[in-house]
Amino acid sequence: MSNVLIVDDSASMRQMVTFTLKSAGHGVEEAVDGVDALKKAKMGNFDLIVSDVNMPNMDGITFVKEMRGLEAYKFTPILLLTTESAADKKQEGKAAGATGWIVKPFSPDQLLSTAKKVLG
Amino acid sequence: MTEVAEEQLNEELGDVTIDEDQYLSFELDEEYYCVDILRVQEILGYTDITRVPNTPRFLSGVLNLRGAIVPVVDLRSRFSLDEVEYDKTTVIVVLAVKTMHSEKTVGIVVDAVSDVLNVSKNDIRTVPETGAKVETEFLTGLVSNGSHMVMIMDIDNLLNPEKFMELL
Amino acid sequence: MGINLEQFHQVFFEEALEGLDSMESSMLAMEEGCDDSEEINAVFRVIHSIKGGAGTFGFAHIADFTHVVETLLDQVRSGEREITKEIIALLLKTVDCVREMVETSQSGGDADPDLGKDIIERLNQILNKSTSSEAKESLKQESAEAEFAGIGWQISFVPHKQMLQTGNDPVRMFQALSELGEISTSVDITELPNLHSLQPEESYLKWKITIKSGCREESIREIFEWVEDECDLEIKPLNNEEQQEQSEIQEAENKELVRVERRNDPENDRRKDDDRRKTNYGRRKSDSAGGTSSIRVGTDKIDELINMVGELVITQSMLGVLGDGFDMSKLEDLQDGLTELERHTRQLQESIMRIRMVPINFVFSRFPRMVHDLSEKLGKKIDLRISGETTELDKTVVEQIGDPLTHLVRNSVDHGIEMPEERSASGKPEMGEVHLNAYHKGGSIIIEISDDGAGLNCEKIRNKAISAGIISENDELSEERIHELIFHPGFSTADVVSDISGRGVGMDVVRKNIVRLGGNIEIKSKQGHGSIFRISLPLTLAILDGQIISVGKEKYIVPIASIIESIQVKPDMVNKVSGKGEVFELRGEYLPIVRMHEFFEVEEGYIDELEKGILVVVEGDGRKCGLFVDLLLGQQQIVIKSLETNFVRIQGLSGATIFGDGSVALILDIPGMVRQATERHIEAV
Repeated sequence: MSNVLIVDDSASMRQMVTFTLKSAGHGVEEAVDGVDALKKAKMGNFDLIVSDVNMPNMDGITFVKEMRGLEAYKFTPILLLTTESAADKKQEGKAAGATGWIVKPFSPDQLLSTAKKVLG
Repeated sequence: MTEVAEEQLNEELGDVTIDEDQYLSFELDEEYYCVDILRVQEILGYTDITRVPNTPRFLSGVLNLRGAIVPVVDLRSRFSLDEVEYDKTTVIVVLAVKTMHSEKTVGIVVDAVSDVLNVSKNDIRTVPETGAKVETEFLTGLVSNGSHMVMIMDIDNLLNPEKFMELL
Repeated sequence: MGINLEQFHQVFFEEALEGLDSMESSMLAMEEGCDDSEEINAVFRVIHSIKGGAGTFGFAHIADFTHVVETLLDQVRSGEREITKEIIALLLKTVDCVREMVETSQSGGDADPDLGKDIIERLNQILNKSTSSEAKESLKQESAEAEFAGIGWQISFVPHKQMLQTGNDPVRMFQALSELGEISTSVDITELPNLHSLQPEESYLKWKITIKSGCREESIREIFEWVEDECDLEIKPLNNEEQQEQSEIQEAENKELVRVERRNDPENDRRKDDDRRKTNYGRRKSDSAGGTSSIRVGTDKIDELINMVGELVITQSMLGVLGDGFDMSKLEDLQDGLTELERHTRQLQESIMRIRMVPINFVFSRFPRMVHDLSEKLGKKIDLRISGETTELDKTVVEQIGDPLTHLVRNSVDHGIEMPEERSASGKPEMGEVHLNAYHKGGSIIIEISDDGAGLNCEKIRNKAISAGIISENDELSEERIHELIFHPGFSTADVVSDISGRGVGMDVVRKNIVRLGGNIEIKSKQGHGSIFRISLPLTLAILDGQIISVGKEKYIVPIASIIESIQVKPDMVNKVSGKGEVFELRGEYLPIVRMHEFFEVEEGYIDELEKGILVVVEGDGRKCGLFVDLLLGQQQIVIKSLETNFVRIQGLSGATIFGDGSVALILDIPGMVRQATERHIEAV
């Protein structure tokens, strides 16, 4: 199926997303912040990136901007994990080039249906 | 199904599934003892055992059971029976012993294992005060194996390491 | 999909608690006047992730609580609100409260609905709004959404040129639409430029979509949610006429239009989805959180391990090839291969051991808050200095050293540091200092808790020991020995049992816990100047470098870290002390000799004459003695196995190990043996 990169500084979130996507047959790699993710994205070949917004070292918004600067990831769907309270983050993320967002908290099913929306 | 047949079937089922337990019997100085087979983890030929200082004489030592350190008690020595040379029938029976807080794995050295007995609860008799070489406080019952008597050993009482260390 | 979220709970609890610890130290730093925006960002992140995790994993009460805290922190972060003393104090309380919530959930308890109510009230006062009105609003919104049902929608969708650049693909959106109902799509390609001027990254198409579905407008908007600002979107309800009209237009323009059509059974699918969701959420709370602890490992460490295992596999297969049709001409290759194998195995072992290592900061980080609270309560002024917090040690040690350390730090604050007036009167600065330090020394980790307080009062300890019957009035004890008395069971130095240190746990328990970890504790104190408690702990509990010794037929292992030297004694070095015991002189020091064959009752084959065997000088608990053995055999790294798992603790032994040939060897408990030897020696003197 597809290769997904999940970026989140929270281990429990990463585990949950990884487990869910893997159970759906996707390949998943994890990164702990933007810097780590950028490194892994350059080395790998991902069909979808799911990234948290608030992270140390490099936040999700900056990460998206950096990703869109890479030839290989110009059109790759990138979803941001945001919270309802941070409405401005959605717009900021969009402006940076994010494809869309998933609002926390979300269930495994919501995650899968959103992933399906961009992966087909 | 007739009532009679049903009753009969129940009786049979009751015998097989509820009241019957299996015991592993072994030989010790020409007497027969047995332990609940569910507690037997393994039967080993006699191997080298590392002696442990500051322990009672009857503790042969410790052995390596797939990476776990397991104490081994020589039952002859434990009951002050005559010492004999270990031979090819000498075995170590590895048992699960329940203590107050946990379950421990302990080995016992016996002369030989004999066979597996099917024992119905109704066939277990109480132990008479005298007779056996093993003190009655370590026996929970007595069964007959046709040719000879077999005594059921109370391994939780006998082999609890904290208890037998008090005998030092 | 039936994914049980419970499996992630333990990780969530652990990371939440870790986050709270770091938030706490940040808050304390801020209280000191450190106004760092990075610090505030970090705190915000902690609360933000706890909120996200709590919501996801079904801890609504934690999510609700942290939501309010997050709102406040967001204002602070963006500079809308200044951080005040009150806010800091409130945030510290928040830490406690969330910690309690997390711990309650972790132990499987039910949430206390009143917990943190006062904090929330105060936070809301600060934020100047009440929670209840917010809740009502969202309710209203939902009921409004629940209405409408029509026959379908007419959608006009004109992506802006750069929409594709965010990774959004119209085809996927239509796919999503088709799941809501039957759609027919027409595309207007009039804007499409000539091939040579076409920018493949831009979007030139305009779409008209008709969807026959009883779905709500919201559901459609949801699909276009991500591109709202990157397209012109119009959604109009469809009535029969319009539908008619639409199809006529379509037919007329058919030559220029591309048609896409999809069918599906959306209702059925959605219902299934809802059912699944219910089962997922209904299942939590079935059993309480599992007790197995987990460890967080950097991915780089894992990568390193994988590389090593890779090399190991290569070496192994090389040896395998070598083994097929081996002859003596290949002997050298075989030896090389085995050397490789040994090297890889050792590296692998070291790397795996490193995974168990965590920084001592896991424990140290709790103390700033504790000292802060305690000194406030006692009216003392205390500066807590922490160094060496990145020193790593075994996870098990870190977990178990917490309580003894807490006790010692409490002691320093409670009994060590004097009241400010007292300090000024004796010419010291009012501000007392407690210093926590950790560092490596040889194969051990040293942790020191020092203070510049009053120090131990020898006279008081002596009197107390006499009245408690620990020593007799005639005993002449060195200062050092008197200090040691505080580790005696049932000894408490405080005049009054305070509610801080006097919790029924004495220094004897502290020592016992440390000894259980294979370590020891010593004390240095000078009255009026302060005290130092020095704990030394083994680097790891699982592996040690061992010296194999032999006595008669028996072999034992002495931890190399405890060996000072091995010597052959000459008769003139040895003195027999009347009664029992022998001592030997080593550089002006008289040390007791422990004859191993006596100590361990070895029956035969041992060497009896001191000059013919070897004396291994060992140190434990700060005291030394000489172990008399027959021979020194090899040295090797050994994996420590517990004797207690299936047996009991044996005096003089700290565990066992298994040699390469499968036999068991016993490891000597050097501190225990030295203590026994020196005590016997002192009795004899």
